[in-house]
Amino acid sequence: MKRLKKHTRTDLITYLGVAAAFLAISALRNNGALSRSLTGQLVPICCYMSMAVSLNLTVGILGELSLGHAGFMSVGAFSGIVAAMSLQTAVPFVPLRLAIAMAVGAAAAAIAGAVVGMPVLRLRGDYLAIVTLAFGEIIKELINCLLVGYDAKGLHVVFNLTGGKTVEDLRLGEGGVALIKGAQGATATATIATFTAGFVLVMITLAVVLNLKHSRAGRAVMALRDNAIAAESIGLNVTKYKMMAFVTSAALAGAAGALYGLNFSSLQATKFNFNTSILILVFVVLGGLGNIWGSLIAAAALTVLPELLRAFSDYRMLVYAIVLILVMLATNNAGFTAFLRRFLRWPGRSTGKEAA
Amino acid sequence: MLSKLVPMHSPNMLPDRDIDKSPILECVNLGINFGGLAAVEDFNIAVGRTEISALIGPNGAGKTTVFNLLTKVYQPTKGSILLDGVDTHGMTTAQVNRAGIARTFQNIRLFNDLTVEENITVAMDNQLHYNMWSGIFRLPRFWREEKVAHERALELLSLFSMEGLANVKAGSLPYGAQRRLEIIRALATNPSLLLLDEPAAGMNPSETAELMENIRKIRDTFQIAVLLIEHDMSLVMNICEVVGVLNFGRIIAKGTPEEIQSNPAVIEAYLGKKKEA
Repeated sequence: MKRLKKHTRTDLITYLGVAAAFLAISALRNNGALSRSLTGQLVPICCYMSMAVSLNLTVGILGELSLGHAGFMSVGAFSGIVAAMSLQTAVPFVPLRLAIAMAVGAAAAAIAGAVVGMPVLRLRGDYLAIVTLAFGEIIKELINCLLVGYDAKGLHVVFNLTGGKTVEDLRLGEGGVALIKGAQGATATATIATFTAGFVLVMITLAVVLNLKHSRAGRAVMALRDNAIAAESIGLNVTKYKMMAFVTSAALAGAAGALYGLNFSSLQATKFNFNTSILILVFVVLGGLGNIWGSLIAAAALTVLPELLRAFSDYRMLVYAIVLILVMLATNNAGFTAFLRRFLRWPGRSTGKEAA
Repeated sequence: MLSKLVPMHSPNMLPDRDIDKSPILECVNLGINFGGLAAVEDFNIAVGRTEISALIGPNGAGKTTVFNLLTKVYQPTKGSILLDGVDTHGMTTAQVNRAGIARTFQNIRLFNDLTVEENITVAMDNQLHYNMWSGIFRLPRFWREEKVAHERALELLSLFSMEGLANVKAGSLPYGAQRRLEIIRALATNPSLLLLDEPAAGMNPSETAELMENIRKIRDTFQIAVLLIEHDMSLVMNICEVVGVLNFGRIIAKGTPEEIQSNPAVIEAYLGKKKEA
């Protein structure tokens, strides 16, 4: 029998690990062993895991810094909410409606990603970081003045740019509902997100990112990251591959956003601010750039940690920060990781330092 | 599979010069100015289809600049470059590579975090045709094309006795193997002209001898032209059929290695003028 390649084995372990965790947590929940607050965190954890893996595609694999990943999540969340709420009667089967909403969220975020990426990814340097940072803020402000309603005639959209418009300006007909109300955000959303959907989302995100990484597009993108001049010298279409990775990353963030949005009955655009973007970036950096299962663990641990630290009440965020710093120090300590590796037989990760 | 790639090995198969057939590369009055400085000027050469030729000259003569012009790292300000009779004017680095020029770099530029095999298969990108979706959904087309790429990569590696290193990270290879991998990566793009920028730099005499063997093997196996920049004269005089000497951005001599060795202008460029007695 042909021996499995090292990366195939690592990927397989990642899939199996996520599936095992899902089964274990489902079993725990059914036995009532999970606290209420933790049960409420399950869907957001799945969303953040998916966000971290998709951001890792941009930051770790493509090697471009993105500071506005929450912006794509926001686009996905609000378009997903609009899709799910306006299809309530047309698609009564809830899982299908949820799937459609996530697909719509992914498509909307992909378009946003293409618009942002098209001009910026042609350039070399740190321009993407600056533009995505601005994009996150722009999306936040845009949705803050967006009014969307739905009635028998279809969707009604009004931009409240002057601050003088209200839901009345949507001119909704009989039985119409306002879905997004400017700064109030989306309210009275039917929360159709489930933990199972979250699990499926994480698995799909993993499959897309890992398969893309180990295909010609992923190889090309990693080659670009390692050495742009050499990548061009072997005939790679630099802009095309950068776009491919960036738009895929945005689309996955959009799907995660849609699921996240449909988990809360009310959601404001300010939820997806700069801090959220940085939080997701912290997941990626803590898990290790380009290290997919690292992102998963970091996202889950750092989402649960603030809840577990409630006992520290006022000092919660202080303890959180200290834990973060200690973990960073430990994982970047060569002696410590070598020590762990000897016991756990971790797959070795080249630091690239030997070559420098 | 190997028999298809590697035709019989015979060093005497080719005539000394095959320039009489249409050349693969022709530079006409090529030149570039950086500000007021003419880094390369009136550069005229023709390279035969299966010729090993060299560009030599003192440090700073403009040799690497010529390579950068050929691969469009710089756009020339004067003259034209004809690759197989086609003007490469306005092409990008990537387009020139797809048209048939592959190169290595003076300071090695590998994809250090990719494995040796991935370094080669990524260079075969222009020969793969499956799209992003086939890659994500692992459609049959993906498996078919990846299998061919994998086999071809191993073939190329075995040609340079590196087949055991396929799954090693390129960044952790020893120096000599990195140099060889860079050449293999360039060959994987299926070029008709291979540019080698100081391939023997940092090598000891036995490694250089092996490199000479490899360069001849590349020409004979793939039937392509090789143009190299080199300071190691034993290599240049041993394997090259034509040598061009560059000084201050201009060609000062062209000819066979024997002609170059006795050319007074070349001796002057390297050693300076003889003192009047």
